[in-house]
Amino acid sequence: MELPLSLPTAVPLSWFLILSAILFMLGIAGFLLRRNIITVFMSIELMLNAVNLTFVTFSYRLKQVDGHIFSFFVMVVAAAEAAVGLAIILTVYKNRSTLEIDEVSSMKL
Amino acid sequence: MHQLWLIPALPFAGFLINGIFGRRLSRPVVNATAIGSVLLAFLWVVNTLLQLGSLEQPYVERYFSWIASGTLNIGFDFAVDRLSAVMLLVVTGIGALIHIYSIGYMSHEGGYYRFFAYMNLFMFFMLTLVLGANYLVLFVGWEGVGLCSYLLIGFYFVKKSATNAGIKAFVVNRIGDFGFSLAMFLIVVQFGTLDFQQVFAKAAGFSTEKGAGMVTAICLLLLVGATGKSAQVPLYVWLPDAMEGPTPVSALIHAATMVTAGVYMVARSATLFTRAPIAMDAVATIGLITAVLAATIGLAQNDIKKVFAYSTVSQLGYMFLGLGCGAFSAGIFHLMTHAFFKALLFLGAGSVIHALSGEQDLRNMGGLRKKIPVTFAVLLCASVAIAGVPPFSGFFSKDAILVAAYAHAPWMYWVGVITAGMTAFYVFRAIFLCFFGEYRGQAHPHESPLVMTAPLGILAVLSLAGGYINVPKFLEPVFGELHEAHDESLVYISVAAGLIGIAFAWLFYVLKPGLADSIANALGGVYRLVLNKYYVDEAYDAAIVSPLVDGSRTVLWRGVDAGLIDGIVDGTGTTARGIGGVLRHLQSGYIRRYAAWVLVGSILVIVAVSFAGGLK
Repeated sequence: MELPLSLPTAVPLSWFLILSAILFMLGIAGFLLRRNIITVFMSIELMLNAVNLTFVTFSYRLKQVDGHIFSFFVMVVAAAEAAVGLAIILTVYKNRSTLEIDEVSSMKL
Repeated sequence: MHQLWLIPALPFAGFLINGIFGRRLSRPVVNATAIGSVLLAFLWVVNTLLQLGSLEQPYVERYFSWIASGTLNIGFDFAVDRLSAVMLLVVTGIGALIHIYSIGYMSHEGGYYRFFAYMNLFMFFMLTLVLGANYLVLFVGWEGVGLCSYLLIGFYFVKKSATNAGIKAFVVNRIGDFGFSLAMFLIVVQFGTLDFQQVFAKAAGFSTEKGAGMVTAICLLLLVGATGKSAQVPLYVWLPDAMEGPTPVSALIHAATMVTAGVYMVARSATLFTRAPIAMDAVATIGLITAVLAATIGLAQNDIKKVFAYSTVSQLGYMFLGLGCGAFSAGIFHLMTHAFFKALLFLGAGSVIHALSGEQDLRNMGGLRKKIPVTFAVLLCASVAIAGVPPFSGFFSKDAILVAAYAHAPWMYWVGVITAGMTAFYVFRAIFLCFFGEYRGQAHPHESPLVMTAPLGILAVLSLAGGYINVPKFLEPVFGELHEAHDESLVYISVAAGLIGIAFAWLFYVLKPGLADSIANALGGVYRLVLNKYYVDEAYDAAIVSPLVDGSRTVLWRGVDAGLIDGIVDGTGTTARGIGGVLRHLQSGYIRRYAAWVLVGSILVIVAVSFAGGLK
């Protein structure tokens, strides 16, 4: 199926993928190295969006809409996750008065 | 239909009522249930036999097909012929008398209802055994009476020796039952049925030569079963110990009825045995060995019940001797008279024990003739009967056996005569020690109540006059015509042996009381050997029981159970716990560590996929 729109040809496809990889690695690094729960959470979002970019890139390259549809799914899931995740973070903060992720290592208080 | 099933069903109903509700019922109700059910069974037997008339042919009632598999069809059938008629009358008649006697004997005992429930259950199984029309129904009764024997030997279950004796009886009987089971399998293989009439009809077609090996094997295995139940060498050891039970039990089960089941079974299988001469010789030899061995042991026993117990073993040996010599009707005749006088001996002994408040040792008795005259009188009747003094019952049946033994092999007759002398000696030794001389005990003897002495009186009459019931003639339709080769001199010799035995007992224990001890001292080692029952129990202990127990303890318990099986089970647990102990560290609760594991995992997957050549 033909896409009606076309991107400027000056930017090669590999750049998109490299950008996506860089964003994903940043997400991983943030997740593993930062200790603030909110930052960790944002790192997850970053990784999700990096994956979205890859989806879209390949979807464009292969001239198929599957990748687009998947990226919408990912966005929906991310939105839901943000809602639930922030609620959890709030509750954690209320109960333990900390956002240090290593402090939250046991289910019991 | 003559409703044969009612005969065993009546005692069974008594068992159910007393067994389930007995604890809450009053004693008169328990008595009425227990004795009423057995008396009704006796009356029903009499009624049925009167209606059946001459019973030249067996009368069979078929109830339902029990086991049907392929060509094998085993029915739950009852049958009556002249042989089982004799047994039915003996079992229910003597059973009823002993039940009545038990009211008096057990009046001071705990577990009163339990005792009568077991007794009724025993009657049920014994009647099933006698009525069964095939080997399997007989076997049901056979096993059932074994169970009741065990329950009643161990009746005083707080006494360790009583429970041990019960277990011993049960285990020794299992050995015999194993032989009986194998015999039944062989019968099915050879004849394709277990029904008595069909088996014997097919066996009747066999000559002594044709198929002799198979029939001999069957008969020898049946004999193994009979030696267990009827306390023959080498499996007799359980019977003397069985005297731990209450005395009415000894009288009913271990003298009059159950122990004769083996004799009945061999007589029932007469058609098979007559076609296996080797098995017949084995029956006669085992019977003779048992008779002699037990009689010699009986000479030196001091417990009044033990004397009579060994006497029972010895007399059962006599019955087997009769059977083995082909005189099946003589064996059954002796079974009946023995049931009379041995039940009387045991019940009389029970009356003595009751009078002396539990004393059983002959050395602590003496001079009781004046104090308990009724008991003395009835015991004297039983003793002259067992000693073979004419014209009392034991004389006729023992004589029939000895004549048959002489026809079979004269040496067997002579051994039998010597045994008869010993029998007379040890029975009168017990009588003289108990009733003559000075009283040597501490208790205050008192005569037993009428409820005990009345059955004793009836049995005394039967012991004296029972010989005039011509059982061998009555059994002719079952075992065929008797060949009368009566030699008068043989009779005189056996009677003389009995009288000499009595005379020696009189000499040793009444005229010169010290003589027996000095002879015992003079014999020394031989006397000790006999006193200790030839160390047979010790030998069995060393040869079979100890290796079995020790082997079980070291190999099966410590080795297989504790080592192997527990090892496998415990090993499963420890392994799981060990692995868990390592994996537990993964579950630290630190979210960033989980993430790191996910990262490592995905890198590994990617590396693996790349090495495999990428996704296709």
